[in-house]
Amino acid sequence: MRVKNPKHTWYSILLALVILAATIYLEFNRSKYGMAVSVIQKSLIFAVVAVAMNLLNGFTGLFSLGQAGFMAIGAYATAMLTIPVERMEAVYYMSGVVPWLMSLKRALSVLPEPVLIIIAMLIGGMIAGLFAFLIGIPVLRLKSDYLAIATLGFAEIVRGIISAPQLDQFTNGSYGLKNIPGFGSNSLSFMPDGFGVLLVPLFASTILIGFIVLVINSSYGRAFKAIREDEIAAEAMGINLLKHKQMSFVLSSFVTAIAGGMLAMFMRSIEPRAFSTIITYDILLIVVIGGLGSITGSVLGAFVVTFAKDWFLRFFDVPLIIGGFQVPFLRIGFRMVIFSILLMVVVLFYRRGLMGNSEFTWHGFFNLFRRRLKRPEVMAETSGGSMSPIIIAPGRDQAPAPLIPDPPGGEPEEEADEEAADE
Amino acid sequence: MKKLLSLILTVVLVFSLVACTSDSSTDGDQPASGDNVIKIGVFEPVTGENGGGGFQEVLGIRYAHQLTNTVEIGGEEYTIELVEVDNKSDRTEAVTVASNLVAQNVSAIIGSYGSGVSIAAGPTYEEAQIPAVAPSATNPQVTLGNEYYFRVCFLDPFQGEVMANYAFQDGLTKAAVITQLGDDYSSGLGNFFLKAFEELGGEIVSEQQFQTGDTDFKAILANVKNAEPDVIFAPSSVATAPLLIKQARELGIEAKIMAGDTWENQAIIDNAGADAEGVALSTFFDENDTSSPLAGEFVTGFKEFLNGNDEYLNKNGGDGVAAVSALGFDAYNVVVEAIKVAQSSDSVAIKDALKGLSLDGVTGSISFDENGDAKKDMAYIKIIQDGKFMFDKTVKTQ
Amino acid sequence: MGSTYLLQQLLTGISLGGAYALIAVGYSMVYGILMLINFAHADIFMMAGYFMIFSFAAMPWPVAIVVVILGTILLGVTIEKVAYKPLRSAPRMSIMISAIGMSYLLQNLATYLFSALPQAYPAIPGLKKLIKLGDLNSSMVTFVTPIITIILVVLLMMLLKRTKIGMAMRAVSKDYDTAKLMGIKINQIISLTFVIGSALAAIGSILYFTDRMSVTPFSGTLLGLKCFVAAVLGGIGSVPGAVIGGFIIGITETTLIAMGYSTFSSAFTFLILIIILMVRPTGLLGETLTEKV
Repeated sequence: MRVKNPKHTWYSILLALVILAATIYLEFNRSKYGMAVSVIQKSLIFAVVAVAMNLLNGFTGLFSLGQAGFMAIGAYATAMLTIPVERMEAVYYMSGVVPWLMSLKRALSVLPEPVLIIIAMLIGGMIAGLFAFLIGIPVLRLKSDYLAIATLGFAEIVRGIISAPQLDQFTNGSYGLKNIPGFGSNSLSFMPDGFGVLLVPLFASTILIGFIVLVINSSYGRAFKAIREDEIAAEAMGINLLKHKQMSFVLSSFVTAIAGGMLAMFMRSIEPRAFSTIITYDILLIVVIGGLGSITGSVLGAFVVTFAKDWFLRFFDVPLIIGGFQVPFLRIGFRMVIFSILLMVVVLFYRRGLMGNSEFTWHGFFNLFRRRLKRPEVMAETSGGSMSPIIIAPGRDQAPAPLIPDPPGGEPEEEADEEAADE
Repeated sequence: MKKLLSLILTVVLVFSLVACTSDSSTDGDQPASGDNVIKIGVFEPVTGENGGGGFQEVLGIRYAHQLTNTVEIGGEEYTIELVEVDNKSDRTEAVTVASNLVAQNVSAIIGSYGSGVSIAAGPTYEEAQIPAVAPSATNPQVTLGNEYYFRVCFLDPFQGEVMANYAFQDGLTKAAVITQLGDDYSSGLGNFFLKAFEELGGEIVSEQQFQTGDTDFKAILANVKNAEPDVIFAPSSVATAPLLIKQARELGIEAKIMAGDTWENQAIIDNAGADAEGVALSTFFDENDTSSPLAGEFVTGFKEFLNGNDEYLNKNGGDGVAAVSALGFDAYNVVVEAIKVAQSSDSVAIKDALKGLSLDGVTGSISFDENGDAKKDMAYIKIIQDGKFMFDKTVKTQ
Repeated sequence: MGSTYLLQQLLTGISLGGAYALIAVGYSMVYGILMLINFAHADIFMMAGYFMIFSFAAMPWPVAIVVVILGTILLGVTIEKVAYKPLRSAPRMSIMISAIGMSYLLQNLATYLFSALPQAYPAIPGLKKLIKLGDLNSSMVTFVTPIITIILVVLLMMLLKRTKIGMAMRAVSKDYDTAKLMGIKINQIISLTFVIGSALAAIGSILYFTDRMSVTPFSGTLLGLKCFVAAVLGGIGSVPGAVIGGFIIGITETTLIAMGYSTFSSAFTFLILIIILMVRPTGLLGETLTEKV
């Protein structure tokens, strides 16, 4: 391990302050930057889901495709518990509300709204975790392909059950839920008028991602990585395969569901259709582009992909005519074609994505420029094609393979990097 | 090769960040584009499940804008600018697109075709305090509890009641209802029909649901057939309609098939062919209704507008006047009238003006009740005959 | 009602099962040889639907059918060469992501080229003819689907059991490395697997879409998952297993929809998967495999 450079700690603190300042600036000018605010919120939420998926896919080597289902569980739990009691009748206008849900909500309504939201999200997370545990029992003993199919199926089941007319009084089936409090809800902020639309999700995602980083840096995290590298060897080393796989799967689902709750708060109104398989594939795209096995990569990926997809690449979908000449290809759907080709390119030629399985560090960051300037030809040689030229991993001169967990302090900086660039 | 690719990828990603930066600055720093411009957002689906109908609605709005593109406020003339966005018939997309509209400082919003997207975008508009007028979103939830959402069409409970009355008066007493799970328009309207039909004394012999994206309805249709209904009420999207109609006829079901406003679309007749004959639906407007001179004028003018542009003509499927186009036209005029009354481009003032507004539109007179719904008491029933939508009758309720 | 109703539902179920079986065979064979869930298989099936729409408009229908089958085979083999072959020595996760990426690409490409709106599927003369047996109404295709399925599968079984190339395929699926050492041309065998799988998917798509009359870019998504479950249920890698699985899933699904539980019909399919994975992970006709170090 490298000795920690005190200068770098200061850089980290400085960067954290810059993000905070930038966020607060955006908060005060949110009417002016409406689009930026909405895309940053979405990026933050997807960053959490991507990191949770990465914990499973990138760090434990298990392939789960149930993100949409777990997010739906979290979103519905959060929505059902946080819709204001007096609005419930209006939301469940068609079939009415189950009495027990109403009494539960009345009992909970004594709590202040922020506490209620946190409790709701945790409940959603725990339900998702419980389901993950139950699916894990039969499936985790098998090859990881079966987990992919079973979780993909699970997501479909969840969507089907939520929209079942038999459960109308509970989930409001086809009619969706609305009036979900948003991040800018008055009770959540110390200042009136929707202040907090960015700060609240920023803090929430930082906590959630920080939690996963802690897990990965713990002894459990090392066991996960051992399983990823070689199951049989890991078992021989005395790692209880099933227990650790279960743990990783349950944790990942728990966090995914909480992010689903955040998505519900972002969308303000949800319906079963919003949680289709497409959303899972979008997250997979983020994880793969960011780099399987890199937390900072996933965060970076979430911002890059969401910004590109929801904002500046929108023009791909709009037919463009310059001087009577119709620019070819540009029409509805082109954007998504570009993204799928990008995914294929990354998978086939650039398997490590943006960050490979390394994390962002200042050391690597500065090295990047140094190497670029000084010895470009050497860099080209060492990067060997599959390495990202954007950020070079620290300690690459030493042992390349089974990664050494980098000291914490990489994660929040990345967000700053992004946001600083966004303004 | 790999190096080249990685380089390209890097450049693309870096470019993406740069583009974001420049994008946000132009978005944000732009003043309200000159002093004498007032922006109206058009929030419609032109792609996705409801793309076809959404575009017809946009056409009505564009035509209205062509006729009236200035408004006088305090003695000064303001140019009206339309800011069109595509919500893709998708709820998640709708929220992002709605923030985009808000960011562009529009004074009012028109949209959308399809209730789901309007419900999704509602809170965004409410928070930004920008009034929205929906031309054809019929679900009650759109305006309920949202002070800033208005609509110029009738509601699903009314529509369900109209169709139930229509069926019952024809002596059809046993009905089957088929709805789409996960779709609030379809489930809502189906449910309202069911309630109204039972109140009239009719019998619901079968209730069936299908999943969004299903294309095989044989199993549920076999159930319907088994229940021997006189009439099938199947509100659903334009995409589903021809499949349902054809498969029902293939199984030998001879009951009358009915649906709501979405089915007034030439694509259904084109795809279902002869099987579509006899299908009945309710809608907001009929171009052959000559009782209102205003409507007559609109129909002539709009047909000319369509014929003047091949793309419009093509996407509209001929020069027929869809009800949603008429509603789009009315919605635009309602907004312009509200701006005139408010004498301001301030969105809150426009909202207040909308509340007390009364206007003669091409789809009838429009004024809003306490929920922001137009007080409409008449629906048009159309029947598909010889490959065309033929006007059958109007139905009024109290 | 009574018996006619039951027969009508049974017919629907068997016909659906037949189409599932044809697609499930493709999943099963690819998994048997490459140990890969070919997520793109369902989208190859969907693309075959679009091929038919366009070739039918351009040429007489018997030629169109041949063109569709050839086009689908070409697509399937190209996907294997482009997306799977370069990753054959890569970690399994990569090749799986590649398969998902391919599926994502085909769906988005179809949305871009043909729009997300359903396109009407042409009526092939003869297949769409209405048949009445008493109160039983159905089109020809509903009756012929299961028959064609059985014929094709019997032919495939004969190919696998009786011919040299079939023996090679079985050898590769039994032990990839040893087969390679024995001088079997692995690439050829893999391509052939994709040829067979895609051809069956093309025929399945003609039967399936003729019956349902419209194609969307997402027609394949859920169907693909169900067919994979069918393959697992029957025992992955086993052709007759996939067929039995296909019929079981098709019939149960129709039964559930008929009973008014259409919401739970797909849920039930995956419940079957989870149960089978708990009770008998090798499926009905599968063989046990142990992982070697």
